[in-house]
Amino acid sequence: MRKQTKNNLITFSGTAVLCLLMAGLSTAGVLDNKTTGLLVPMGIYIILAISLNLTVGILGELSLGHAGFMCIGAYVSGAFSLIFQNTISPVWLRFALAVILGGIMAAVFGVLIGIPVLRLRGDYLAIVTLGFGEIMKSIANNVYLTMDKNGLHFGFTVPPTNVDEATKQELLKGPIGMAAPQDTNVWIVAVVLLICLAVLMLFIDSRSGRACMAVRDNYIAAQSVGINVTKYRLMAFTLSAAIAGVAGGLYSHSLSLLAAKKFDYNLSILILVFVVLGGLGSLRGSIIATIILYALPELFLRGAGNLRMLLYAIVLVFMMLWTNAPFFITLREKIGASKPVMKLKSVFRRDKSDKSTGGAA
Amino acid sequence: MSENANNTPVLELLELSIQFGGLHAVEGLNLKIKQGCLYGLIGPNGAGKTTVFNMITGVYKPTAGSVLLNGKNITGKSPVEINKAGIARTFQNIRLFKAMSVLDNVKAGLHNETKYTAIEGVLRLPRYFKEEKRVNEKARELLGVFGLEDDINSTAENLPYGKQRKLEIARALATDPKLLLLDEPAAGMNPNETAELMETIRFVRERFNMTILLIEHDMKLVSGICEELTVLNFGQELAQGETSAVLKDPKVITAYLGE
Amino acid sequence: MLSFISYLTSGLSLGSIYALIALGYTMVYGIAKMLNFAHGDIIMVGGYAAFIAMSTSWCPVWLALIISVTVCTVLGVVIEKVAYRPLRSAPPLAVLITAIGVSYLLQNIALLTQTATPKTFKSVAAGAPPFMIVYEGKAPLFFTKLSDSPYKDLTPALTVSMETFLSITVSIVIMVGLTLFINKTKAGKAMLACAEDRGAAQLMGINVNGTISLTFAIGSALAAVAAVLMCSAYPQLTPYTGSMPGIRAFVAAVFGGIGSIPGAMIGGILLGIIELLSKAYISSQISDAILFLVLIVVLIIRPTGIMGKKINEKV
Repeated sequence: MRKQTKNNLITFSGTAVLCLLMAGLSTAGVLDNKTTGLLVPMGIYIILAISLNLTVGILGELSLGHAGFMCIGAYVSGAFSLIFQNTISPVWLRFALAVILGGIMAAVFGVLIGIPVLRLRGDYLAIVTLGFGEIMKSIANNVYLTMDKNGLHFGFTVPPTNVDEATKQELLKGPIGMAAPQDTNVWIVAVVLLICLAVLMLFIDSRSGRACMAVRDNYIAAQSVGINVTKYRLMAFTLSAAIAGVAGGLYSHSLSLLAAKKFDYNLSILILVFVVLGGLGSLRGSIIATIILYALPELFLRGAGNLRMLLYAIVLVFMMLWTNAPFFITLREKIGASKPVMKLKSVFRRDKSDKSTGGAA
Repeated sequence: MSENANNTPVLELLELSIQFGGLHAVEGLNLKIKQGCLYGLIGPNGAGKTTVFNMITGVYKPTAGSVLLNGKNITGKSPVEINKAGIARTFQNIRLFKAMSVLDNVKAGLHNETKYTAIEGVLRLPRYFKEEKRVNEKARELLGVFGLEDDINSTAENLPYGKQRKLEIARALATDPKLLLLDEPAAGMNPNETAELMETIRFVRERFNMTILLIEHDMKLVSGICEELTVLNFGQELAQGETSAVLKDPKVITAYLGE
Repeated sequence: MLSFISYLTSGLSLGSIYALIALGYTMVYGIAKMLNFAHGDIIMVGGYAAFIAMSTSWCPVWLALIISVTVCTVLGVVIEKVAYRPLRSAPPLAVLITAIGVSYLLQNIALLTQTATPKTFKSVAAGAPPFMIVYEGKAPLFFTKLSDSPYKDLTPALTVSMETFLSITVSIVIMVGLTLFINKTKAGKAMLACAEDRGAAQLMGINVNGTISLTFAIGSALAAVAAVLMCSAYPQLTPYTGSMPGIRAFVAAVFGGIGSIPGAMIGGILLGIIELLSKAYISSQISDAILFLVLIVVLIIRPTGIMGKKINEKV
């Protein structure tokens, strides 16, 4: 069997066992409430991390607007569920449609944003995606949607006025946010996570994934062998956006109240931290890093939120120096790669992207 | 000048010129390469050799003149279109897909030869397996030709220098070109490696019946394998013709020794 | 019309602060070829340094400014040395991520030591009266106390606060000084040389590491000045104070053409005006969204910004 196929199988089956075990334990009531409450957001963060890894690790472009795509998914699916709460009857169908729609809308925005923006590279792309995320947050933060017997009424920055007071239902409430039905549970997150993981693995281990990595490693050489750089950048970016949209859909259906300010730049950075620490290009690494960085501090450092962020920041800088600084590279060689602590490297490695991505000669 | 189809040159450059700002980097270059020929483009540093390559492969758009491939005008097309039309190249400063395996480098070269869509790939439809199998075999065969069969799972950047050069040629050949452009293939090699490289280039030409245009500094390599030469100096043609004649040309000798 | 001019003046003042910050981004980008994400947080540190100094009883405003500038300069140089210099030959993605990490680090240190509770910054121009500008007949006249003047019956055409006045003048002085420094002094020319070609500069005997340190030092010092001006005009100080202005100033630097010093000045001022006008005439809630929209449009139409040079990758 090929090495990559084997690796993928190990990662997938490991994740599957873990997911089903956790879901099973929480359904059986073995886990306490606190732990169970962690599982849904953790699963959602894992989905976000593996999808961002496609853009950052496989395509080699830094996107700082991942929260923006999540925001689109969350709002579109949440609004859909609220509108059709009483019209589409089996809950699972309505929820599935909502989440899929969220993913599709995020993908549509991925294409719309990607076409102009993916002509840029490196730092520019990073800052533009950051801007995009902020725009999405601002829009979501100012959208009002009210339903009455006459239908839907939109408002931007102010609530709609011509509403029938007797039958009105406020669905999206600007900065207050929205209260989508809480349909998400551990099992659904587990299944969606496994589907997303499988899609990403199969994509990466195919002609298209190879093309993306070729573009990452050297886009000029990729063009020279006939790879349409723009097409594959757009493809990876869109797939990544779509999966973030799906995660957003799960997220909005997991909270009693969701406000748009949650989808800020810090959320994008947090996901980036998971991806970077797990190792660029390694889905397994992203999963492990998310579990460690999200769950452990929640369980042991609760209340010390600031300390946790400080820790993330230090680890982030250290990780980059550890893998790239000449001093640490020599140090690692001196100690030798056999020591257990060095083994971490295989999980945390792989960031040798092309030095020319900055655009400067 | 009516020529029949068999005599159409594989590559023809007509009055090819490019300006950067006010600088005429290449001016009025004419060149014809016959099928199966090993053609050398030489000249002192900064003569515009790589610029010619970049114009042929679409990295730069020429400001005037045209590039014909088998008589078809490909001037100003994108690098991707030009590769699809049948020109593949290597780079002066090796540009491999560094973090990918040796096999995947060649498979990336076989990208357009691999006939399944992204969706077929994700859904693992039968075509995926069929095509992957075919492409795998093809890539292994190509790597075998270059003696890289034992390295297929190594990461490209971990290969020794000489093998990296070979891999780059293998990747270029994977796109099934009609014309192969080699940009200073012997740069940074010692005499032994250069000699081995000469063998490889000759072999590639025999085995694939390839037409090759190469840029080179190493005179020994040039005189050893090229049949015809064009000498560039300050962006203009200094001499052109059969290798032995060109190398004896006093103008060429002055340009090289007096640089 | 009157309110438009007054918005324009405030925009100009805010814009000149952005310009100071953008200069730091653009110089570092031009010379070290990296996006220093932590630059915004250096502003925040500068704000806290000045705030802490000024809350002591003995420290006069000028000394607080000097303390703030010193702290930021040292911090900028140390960050460069510890976090960025070892990554000089690393892939740009690694450098960018490191800079994000440093930004996070500074924010969280501030959060732990200073808490998230906003501090009320005492304006450096506290107590100074605003300017009134009256337009009478031929020329505008300036007064600090209109009521004592012979024109006390006229309504002032424009009132300019001392903070606004200071921001604009200080920024102009600094920009002129910086331009002279870069074009006239040896160290400034070394910076230009490093920006053009670091390798060649090194071969010419220029101390590249020293020049990069100097660039960070100057950029951070400007950030400190910007911090004091900004906190005087908008007196709320939190650990996140620097992050949005930092991002906006970066947008300004990109807008003007990153790497270009005049570009950063123009970009900063334009951005300040756009922000103020969109807050005034469109909506204050979506002013950031408008700003980023402008950025995206600019980058799509002219990817190198207003004054930037096109950089082609060498093949």
